[in-house]
Amino acid sequence: MRDIRRERHTGGKPNLRRFHQARWDEPIIFELSRQGQRGILVPEVEKGILDTVGDVPAKIPDNMRRERPPALPEISQPQVLRHYVRLSQENLGTDLNIDVGQGTCTMKYSPKINDQLAALPKMTDLHPLQDEETVQGILEILYRFEQILKEISGLDRFSLQPAAGSAAIYTNAAIIRAFHASRGELAQRDEVITTIFSHPSNAACARTAGFKVITLYPDERGYPDLEALKAAVSERTAGLMITNPEDTGIYNPKIAEFVQVVHEAGGLCAYDQANANGILGITRAREAGFDLCHFNLHKTFSTPHGCGGPGAGAVGVTRELACFLPVPTVEHDGKRYYLDWDRPDSIGKMGPFYGNASVVLKAYAWAMSLGAEGLRQVAEIAVLNNNYLLNLVQQIPGASAPYAKGKRRIEQVRYSWQALAEETGVHSEEIGLRAADFGVHYWTSHHPFVVPEPCTLEPTESYTKEELDEYAAILAHVAEEARTNPDLVRAAPHNSTIHSVDHDPLDDPSQWAVTWRAYLRKMGKSAHERIEE
Amino acid sequence: MPKESPKVYPYIPNSVPAVKEEMLRAVGARHVAEFYEDVPEELRLEGLMDLPEPFVSEYELKRHLQGLLARNRTAGECVSFLGAGCYQHHVPAVCDEVNRRGEFLTAYAGEPYDDHGRFQALFEYASMMGELLDMDVVNVPTYDGFQAAATAIRMAARITGRGQVLICATIGPDKLSKIRDYCQPGPDIELVGYDPRTGQMDLAALQAAISTETAAVYFENPSYLGFVQTQGNEISAMAHDHGAICVVSVNPISLGVLAPPAHYGGDIACGDIQPLGIHMQFGGGHGGFIATRDEPRYVLEYPSRLFGIAPTRVPGEYGFGDVAYERTSFAVREQGKEWVGTAAALWGITAGVYLALMGPQGMFEIGEAVMARARYAAMQIDKVEGVKAPAFSAPHFHEFVVDLNATNKTVTEINEALLARGIFGGKDLSHEFPELGQSALYCVTEVHTQGDLDRLVTALQEVVS
Repeated sequence: MRDIRRERHTGGKPNLRRFHQARWDEPIIFELSRQGQRGILVPEVEKGILDTVGDVPAKIPDNMRRERPPALPEISQPQVLRHYVRLSQENLGTDLNIDVGQGTCTMKYSPKINDQLAALPKMTDLHPLQDEETVQGILEILYRFEQILKEISGLDRFSLQPAAGSAAIYTNAAIIRAFHASRGELAQRDEVITTIFSHPSNAACARTAGFKVITLYPDERGYPDLEALKAAVSERTAGLMITNPEDTGIYNPKIAEFVQVVHEAGGLCAYDQANANGILGITRAREAGFDLCHFNLHKTFSTPHGCGGPGAGAVGVTRELACFLPVPTVEHDGKRYYLDWDRPDSIGKMGPFYGNASVVLKAYAWAMSLGAEGLRQVAEIAVLNNNYLLNLVQQIPGASAPYAKGKRRIEQVRYSWQALAEETGVHSEEIGLRAADFGVHYWTSHHPFVVPEPCTLEPTESYTKEELDEYAAILAHVAEEARTNPDLVRAAPHNSTIHSVDHDPLDDPSQWAVTWRAYLRKMGKSAHERIEE
Repeated sequence: MPKESPKVYPYIPNSVPAVKEEMLRAVGARHVAEFYEDVPEELRLEGLMDLPEPFVSEYELKRHLQGLLARNRTAGECVSFLGAGCYQHHVPAVCDEVNRRGEFLTAYAGEPYDDHGRFQALFEYASMMGELLDMDVVNVPTYDGFQAAATAIRMAARITGRGQVLICATIGPDKLSKIRDYCQPGPDIELVGYDPRTGQMDLAALQAAISTETAAVYFENPSYLGFVQTQGNEISAMAHDHGAICVVSVNPISLGVLAPPAHYGGDIACGDIQPLGIHMQFGGGHGGFIATRDEPRYVLEYPSRLFGIAPTRVPGEYGFGDVAYERTSFAVREQGKEWVGTAAALWGITAGVYLALMGPQGMFEIGEAVMARARYAAMQIDKVEGVKAPAFSAPHFHEFVVDLNATNKTVTEINEALLARGIFGGKDLSHEFPELGQSALYCVTEVHTQGDLDRLVTALQEVVS
C-alpha cells in the first residue's frame, strides 16, 4: 500500500486541503412547489367552537379580506427540510472553517452547551410580559450578567436591550443627545467626533441621531492623532465615539488624553468595545475615563453570529448617565428581581421588551465558564495568536502590515496587499475569493480603503497554532499564484458553491430583483402564471 | 501583570503552556505582556477582575444554568393569553432544525460564494414575504418591528422631504416611544384619535390634521388593541390626496386571511416576523421587515441590505449579491441611509422555512383558526358577569380588549388570581391606555384548545364573582 500520510505532506508540512464546497445547484424554493402539497398542518378548530362562532373571516369587510391566497410555494415537509439543509451546507460557518478572515468580528468558538441551554423550553417558552414571579430565573441571569459587565468595563450600569452592536452604538448616541438636551446645550452641541478606523456605524449612528460627524485620520504612524482631535473639539462637540484598539489592531496609547480633551470641551466619550477581545481584564473603559461603552455579545462574548443576527449589544454608562438608559432596567431588592419602568429621564424604548434574552443567556454562560482568570486567558491568547499570525503574514512577499512599524498589535491587523497588487495586478478581493477555494473565508475591510488593498485578520483565542499556520500557508500560496498564474486567481472561486457573479444587474433598477416575483416580472413572465408553470 | 494561570481551557487551544511558549518564541517575545506595550501602565488593571467563581466543567455550568432557569414558569407549563407584540404559536420542528444547523448558526458575513446558502435562504425569505405582502421589495430583516416602523417612517420623510407624520393613537406606547426617539431629528409625530366604540381611526380628525406637510400616515393592522382597521382604503386615499405615503404595520401571520396593505393603498408595509416560527424567548425572537414597490425612490432609501439575484459566469447557476450597496453605511459611513449592521438574519431564514412549510393553505388555515378561537374566547368571556369582550365592535384578528371595569376589581388582582390557577391573563392596559380603565389585552392562537378557553372562562367567573 502507498503511504497516504506521506503523500499528504510536502517538505514535512501538510499540503493545502483539496477542498471543495458543497455545490447542490439547488433550485429557488418556488421551483419545488407542487400544487396541493403541505409542509405542516394547523390544528383543526373544534366543532364546538365552529358551531358557536360560524365563519369568522366572512365578517371582515370585503376590502380587508384577502381575495386570492398568497402565491407561496406548496412543498412537503421532507423536501423543505432537504432544501434548507442543502443551503446550510453551502455556507461556511465558524463551526466549519478557520474563521480568522472576518476581522473586527471576533469569529470565535460558540460553545454548543450554551446553545443547548438557550434552547430549553424554560427559556424559549417565556413570554416577556409574564408576571415577574414566574420569570425570576431569566431576570436573575440578566441581572448577574450586568454585574459581570460592570466589572469588565468598570462602568456603573448596563442596558442589555439593544439588539446588536450598531443598535448599541445608536443607543449611546441617543444618550449623548439626551444628556446635552437635559442641560439645554443640544442646539449648540451638534458634532460627534470619530476616527476612520472606528466601525462605520459610529459615524452612521451619530448622523442618524442628528449629529454632524467629524472623522479623524491617523497620524503617519497609524495612531489616532491627538493634535487633530484638539483641532476638532469646540463648544459644538457633543461627543467622541471611537473604537480602541482600532480596526487596525493598534491600541491608542493616548486614549486617556483623548477623553480628557473631549471632556474639557464639554463632550461625552463613548467607547465602542467591539474590539474588546484582546483587552479583557487588561484595561477598561473606566480607567481611560469613558462615560459610555458597549460590548457586542456576539463578538467578544462568543454568542453565535447567526448569519448576521440575532446578536446583542450591551450599553454601559457611568452613574451620572444611568438615568438616561432605556427602560426598563433589571433590579434586585435583595429578595426578588424586577423590572424598573419608572425612569423619567430615560431615552425610552430602543426595541421591544428587554433585548435578546437568549443571547444574553449564552453570553452569561460563556463568561461563567471562564471566570476572571479565563477571561484574561482569552485576551492574552487572542493577542498571542494575532501576533503569531502577523509574523507569518509579514513573511509573505507582497503582504505588509502598514503603520506602527516594529510594534506589536492587539487582537487583529489590517494588512495590505498593495505591493502584490502593484506587482501582479491581482487585488485583495480576488485573493480572498481564491482563498475560499481552500475552505476559508476572507474579507477585505470596511470602506473606505484607507489602507490600500486591505484585509483584516482576527485570529481570536479559538484557533490552534496549526490552524493559523494553515491560514497563512493558504495566503502565501495564493500570493504566489498571483505571480505565476494570475488568471487562475482572478477567475476564482473555482471550488466554492458558485462562480463569480455578474454584479451589473444589482445596481440597475431595470434589472435588480430582490424577490423571485420581481425577477420573474423583469424576465417577462406574468405574475399569475408563475406557480402553475 | 499577575502570574500566569497554568490552567488549560477547552475553548482556548493555545492555552497549553508548551504551545504558548513555542508561539512566543516564534515571534521573539518572552511574555504576552510585551504585546500590550501601547497600553499605558496607569490604564492597566492590577490583578484579576472581581468576578464570580466560574463553573469550569461543562457539567457544572449546565447545572448552574438549569438551576437558574428552573425558577421560571413557562407559558407552555401554564395557559397563557399574553400577546401585545410577542406571540405564542406552534414552532414547527423543521424551523428549529434549520436554525440550529451550525453552518447557519455560526456563519456571519461571508461572501456570496462561500456563504451562498445564506444569500439564497434570505433571498427566498424576502421572496416569500413578498408574496405574503404582494410587494416586490423586502429587506434582509432589521432588528424588530419597532425598528422597521421607525425606519419606514424616516424613509417616508426622506422620500417626501416633509416634516410631519400622523400616527393612529391605538399604537402600543412602547413602539411609539421607539418611533419618537428615532424621529429626532426627523418628522414631528402627531397622534390621530380613534372612535372609542369601534376603535377605528377617526377620519375626521385625520382630515383635520393632514396637509401637504404630511410625510406619512401610519397605522397598524391588526391594531395593537387587536381589532382590524377596516378603513384602510379611506386612510390611504386621504394620504395620497395630500401626496403623503401610507405606512402600514401588519402582523404577517394574519395575511392568509387579511388583505395585505398593498391591496388597500399601503405604500410601505412593515412589521415583525416573530410569529413566523420563532420562539418567544422572553421577547428575544424578533426581526423586522420593510416592504415596498420596486421603485428606485423607495429602494434607494432602505438602510438594510437587499439581496438580489444575478447570473454567474456559469450558465444556469443562480448567484446573489447586494442590491444598490452604495446606499448603505457599510459603503459610505455617515453618508449612507441611517445604518446597517448585525440584526436578525437567522430569524429571517427561520421565517422563510415557516412560510415554505405553511404554504398558502396553511397561512389561510392558521388565520382562520386563530380568528375562530379568539372569537369564541371573546364570546364566552363576554358572558361573564361584569366583563365585556371585545371592548371594541370592529372585527378582530387574534387579540381583543377585555373590559373589566364593571367587576370592581383591578386587572392586577384578576391576573394574580388567574395565575394562582395556572393561567397568564391578558396584558394589563390600565397604564398604557388609561381611557380604557381596567382593561386587559387577551391573545388567542392555534395553541389554545376549546378546553383551554373554557378553563379561562370558568376561572374568570370564579375570580370576578
